[in-house]
Amino acid sequence: MEETNKIAALSNNIKKLSLVLFSGDFDKAIAAFTLASGAAAVGYEVNLFFTFWGLNIVKEKKGRRFLGKGILTKIFGFLMGGFKNLPLSKMNFGGFSKTAMNYLMKKENVATLPELIDAAIALKANFYACEMSMIILGLKKEDFIAPIKEVLSVASFLDYSKNGQTLFI
Amino acid sequence: MTTTHKLDITQEHCPMTFVKTRLALEKMNKGEILEVTLTEGEALKSIPISVEELGYKILQIKHIEKNIHKIYIQK
Repeated sequence: MEETNKIAALSNNIKKLSLVLFSGDFDKAIAAFTLASGAAAVGYEVNLFFTFWGLNIVKEKKGRRFLGKGILTKIFGFLMGGFKNLPLSKMNFGGFSKTAMNYLMKKENVATLPELIDAAIALKANFYACEMSMIILGLKKEDFIAPIKEVLSVASFLDYSKNGQTLFI
Repeated sequence: MTTTHKLDITQEHCPMTFVKTRLALEKMNKGEILEVTLTEGEALKSIPISVEELGYKILQIKHIEKNIHKIYIQK
């Protein structure tokens, strides 16, 4: 019994934060990267797992591109777009609100999304892409920015995030 | 106390206050001292705690003027 308590205490002390970035929304990406860079700064191991719409955040090409193999994946790739096309989850108004929010963030000297991503990279957060959604969307590892160091399955992600805290965004 | 590095985060907000402090500390050699200038608020409360948890040493927290403070951290 004592041994079990010790193990429980030990695992509670593990500083590890894993985030699943399912959403490709601009504001949710800000929330995720604020947590990621902040946690990495205070000594957490940080794992970022990009899947489905979340992959748009880390595409190498920032604009709309016909990525993928078949016609369908190409159209999907174009419609999803890249970093520049991330919409706001609410009140997007064709991108107007995002421009307004970017303006406010700069004006108030709050870190912008690219700055937060750079901070996460500098603090050695781990970036991973989801294998299954890449297959559906016809994307290859080369379609993503260099910090994406591995393409993962669910099993590997669970293994990497084991004993830490996991959030789905 | 000889300060070898200086960092001003008076214009920064969460999480960049932590991020910049950590990145500055990472670039330093062991034993060197970082002087962080910051304003009153969340960062002043939490930076000393998180920095000590990372194994660095808080040498001094000084009130300079109005809401400006300085934290001296030894790597």
